[in-house]
Amino acid sequence: MSIAIAMVLVVVGSILFHVLSPWRATPIASNWGFIDDTMGLTFLVTGAGFVAVILFMAYCLYRFRHVPGRRAAYEPENQKLEAWLGIVTTIAVIILLAPGLLVWGQFITVPKDAMVIEAVGVQWSWSFRLPGADNQLGSSDVRYIDTTNSMGLSPADPKGQDDLLIASSELHLPIGKPVKVLLRSIDVLHDFYVPEIRAKMDLVPGVVTYFWFTPTKIGEYEILCAAYCGTGHPQMRGKMVIESEADFETWRTAQQTFEQSRKSDASRDKRASAQ
Amino acid sequence: MSVMGLFFVFIATVAVMWLVRQGVLESPWLEEGEVAHYRRAGRAAEPPTAGRVGLAVFLAVAGCLFSLLAAAFFMRGDAPDWQMPPIPGVLWVNTFLLAASSAALQIAVFAARRADAERVKTALLVGAVTAALFLIGQIWAWRELLELRFFASSNAANAFFYLLTGVHALHLIGGLVALARTTDKVRGAERVTKALTTRVELCAIYWHFLLFVWLLMFAMLIGWADGFGAICRRLLS
Amino acid sequence: MTDASVPQNVAPPPAEVPDVDLYHAHSWITKYVFSQDAKVIAIQYAGTAITVGILALVLSWVIRLQLAFPGAIPFIDANVYYQSVTMHGMIMVVYMLTAIFLGGFGNYLIPLMVGARDMVFPYVNMLSYWVYLIATLVLVSSYFFPGGPTGAGWTLYPPQSILTGTPGHEYGIILMLVSLILFIVGFTMGGLNYVVTVLQARTRGMTLMRMPLTVWGIFAAAVMALLAFPGLFVACLMLLLDRTLGTSFFMPSLVELGERKDYVGGSPILFQHLFWFFGHPEVYIVALPAFGIVSDLISVHARKNIFGYKMMVWAIIAIGVLSMVVWGHHMYISGMDPWFGFFFAVTTLAIAVPTALKVYNWVLTLWHADIHFTTPMLFALGFLVTFVNGGITGLYLGNVIVDVPLSATLFVVAHFHMVMGIAPVLVIFGAIYHWYPKITGRMMDERLGKIHFWITFLGAYAIFFPMHYLGVLGMPRRFYEMGETAFVPASAATLNIVITVIALAVGFAQSIFFYNLFKSLKYGAPAGGNPWRAASLEWQTPETPPGHGNWGQQLPVVYRWPYAYSVPGAPEDYLPQNAPPMRGEHSP
Repeated sequence: MSIAIAMVLVVVGSILFHVLSPWRATPIASNWGFIDDTMGLTFLVTGAGFVAVILFMAYCLYRFRHVPGRRAAYEPENQKLEAWLGIVTTIAVIILLAPGLLVWGQFITVPKDAMVIEAVGVQWSWSFRLPGADNQLGSSDVRYIDTTNSMGLSPADPKGQDDLLIASSELHLPIGKPVKVLLRSIDVLHDFYVPEIRAKMDLVPGVVTYFWFTPTKIGEYEILCAAYCGTGHPQMRGKMVIESEADFETWRTAQQTFEQSRKSDASRDKRASAQ
Repeated sequence: MSVMGLFFVFIATVAVMWLVRQGVLESPWLEEGEVAHYRRAGRAAEPPTAGRVGLAVFLAVAGCLFSLLAAAFFMRGDAPDWQMPPIPGVLWVNTFLLAASSAALQIAVFAARRADAERVKTALLVGAVTAALFLIGQIWAWRELLELRFFASSNAANAFFYLLTGVHALHLIGGLVALARTTDKVRGAERVTKALTTRVELCAIYWHFLLFVWLLMFAMLIGWADGFGAICRRLLS
Repeated sequence: MTDASVPQNVAPPPAEVPDVDLYHAHSWITKYVFSQDAKVIAIQYAGTAITVGILALVLSWVIRLQLAFPGAIPFIDANVYYQSVTMHGMIMVVYMLTAIFLGGFGNYLIPLMVGARDMVFPYVNMLSYWVYLIATLVLVSSYFFPGGPTGAGWTLYPPQSILTGTPGHEYGIILMLVSLILFIVGFTMGGLNYVVTVLQARTRGMTLMRMPLTVWGIFAAAVMALLAFPGLFVACLMLLLDRTLGTSFFMPSLVELGERKDYVGGSPILFQHLFWFFGHPEVYIVALPAFGIVSDLISVHARKNIFGYKMMVWAIIAIGVLSMVVWGHHMYISGMDPWFGFFFAVTTLAIAVPTALKVYNWVLTLWHADIHFTTPMLFALGFLVTFVNGGITGLYLGNVIVDVPLSATLFVVAHFHMVMGIAPVLVIFGAIYHWYPKITGRMMDERLGKIHFWITFLGAYAIFFPMHYLGVLGMPRRFYEMGETAFVPASAATLNIVITVIALAVGFAQSIFFYNLFKSLKYGAPAGGNPWRAASLEWQTPETPPGHGNWGQQLPVVYRWPYAYSVPGAPEDYLPQNAPPMRGEHSP
């Protein structure tokens, strides 16, 4: 008996919690509003199912509780009812799945005009690389990593010489332009995670993964790592700044190229050895 | 992973066919009384023994293990650093030895069914000795590769060579323990009983399975299965 | 087909199952320690599983304390936190839930429910337990090695799991891998037994479709486990070689903390494939026995046959088959080929259909029933609520695009705790309250049982339901401290404190259960052979607790399905499976 009441309370409490909860998804800052929509749809369909099943159960518990003299009905099955329930569930699942797959199709189709950048993860910090004047990123390999080349760019690749290296963990991006983020890890698994853009993807050492999004809101966002990468995992932070095209250009021109960084390192080394 | 796919389609088909034959489509509440009489009608004269069913289930598990190793072999073999080691010639001799061992056990089965105790003993002994020689041959192959400095740590292909042959050898060693116990039983027995015949049969089935696995594995190691790996990769990408 | 065509006075056909030669214990040691009796092995399994389960519970307090009061507890640092997370997860999933459902309930219930004298390979069954015990000891022993147990997360993803940035990379990870390999070897021995016993040792008249759903669930789970555990075995073996011999199965070229490692070319994603090839079926290895047990609890205590038995069996089979091809949904954002997303999203959501049908049938069993609110029934009903709740959040995570923002957040943690943590644990409690009288001959205290239920059920729901919302907010999992993060409001920390307080309370409340368990051993009311008036075979043993060989002189003969409750025309509201047919008994 009290369990029937408890079940109604669980349903009412869960709905109230959902309505009153101050913990909601962060304001979206990318083009992936469809993901939020699909999640909203999922909430409606599954929420309705949850409420219906639990309330029906609560009713049964109340209505068919044991009282002296009661005897249960004998009903091994009801194929028609089971078939109907199966069909309704299948339809509900298709309603959830179809839009989900459509959006996934967009998610894995990168627009041709997307600006390509690279995020590099290392225990426990982020660094970034933007293509230089030639609009192409040079090749890289962990073999090339040394103190003056922390991202492992190929020193011989001409395409890489003008690449802009951003070692400060602060990435700037222009608003409204699709970005394809190439992801590269030089040690363990990481995951490029900015809650406000919804999309995220693992960085896997040995391969280059990617995802894309279009920033839609000017602001500063925190970059976290969402794949456990050792004890420093929570400290692996970065900053993503979405700004106007003009501000972005100003920032970009201030960045050092790979070639420049090698030279300045070399001259610093020379000074150090001269002293 | 397509290796796994094939394996699973096979297992699932067998399982579902068996379940249907066992009557999962019937409504139990409509069947009062002992149903033993009709359930029995479609069955072979002699129901399989627990040992036989147990071995069948174990072979499914071992088959799953080897399929997974093969799947991992093909997936890892895709990487550019992959370099298969040369195949020691002794492996051809080993293949012959294992085939001979398997054949000897089959002869033991035939002899046991005819209740020819002497022949069973000889055949079991030949089977055990050839299997032991196979194991020694495998160790020989390992040594040869190690002398040529093909270490497990130097290339994943070498590591797979040791891993696959090692896991296979462990299964064979387990089989040898069972075979030794069977031989012991046969020696002590005055005549070949039905239970003994079953034991010999189980050993033989297990040996055939290990031979089958070895042949597939050997084909993979010497590269005859490259075409299959390429198909897998195409399916995956 | 009915039996009407067969005259009842004909002597029954010879038993299909020949009586096995039972191993007879000669001493106290062989009777209670190195016992080959499935019932004793069951209790050994369950006892060991519950003992490590308590360790896992304590570890969960460490996790919760750290999340609520980061930095305030002196003995908890990042290492301890990650070690606790790892050990808690691995113990609960493998060493506790798998072991107790299959090794514990499987061993106790399969022979009794199918009318066998024992498992078919009793010696192997005994070995299975002892290997499991050694595996457990190896795992726990990692606390006593330098560096402590591994803190790699229960998924043990390389490269990080064997590198220096992870606690326990010296010995902990090696012991973990060795322990898992041992566990799998031990489990395979047990699993062979469960499967072959169901296939071979059913008593006369016990057709497959007359088995209680508990046996179906355990049987299907054992088959799946036998096929899925090799995935973990291969993954562990290869990772162990990577760690000890320096092979490069999973380890790519990498520079760790400025130091170039010798590994080259390995694929971390290959490990994830192998791991989840085991890992997802594992969820159902835990869930299917729970499904089966819940079906029986509801049916017995609602005095009504389980609704749609056939559909329930087919659903178990369908879930078993489908669950082998959904593992990729753990890897949507792992960097595997994104086209797999389509395939795995479809298979994952397809599995929702048979699962939903099972839920409907449980609920429909209550329709026109005669519901007794006993403690086992309450736990079964609690399972339904938490399972439905956890199941529908699975629809979020299975639908590939919705998974993208939610994966690796607390939403995932809340989801899997609800669906494969709380739900199966409620079933375990329900099952213990239900079968305790058979195992010991005494009833457990109902009043204490109900107090235990209310605290556990409402408390667990209050712990994990709000946690979903922290995940929607975007709070990532496996953060030992959130630190200053712009998008996380201060109220989230308050909620974390509330959750921790409830978690501690619920944890301590489990002592009510243990008190009840031990007190009832001596002071419980005598139960008699069949206190719940249940129809299935295990309640019809000549002795309670069942003696060695279970059935006295003669094996029982089964005449009907195990859900003959409230059959019209029957004198009582249940007909035992082995009661000979009434004169003129007809099926409706």
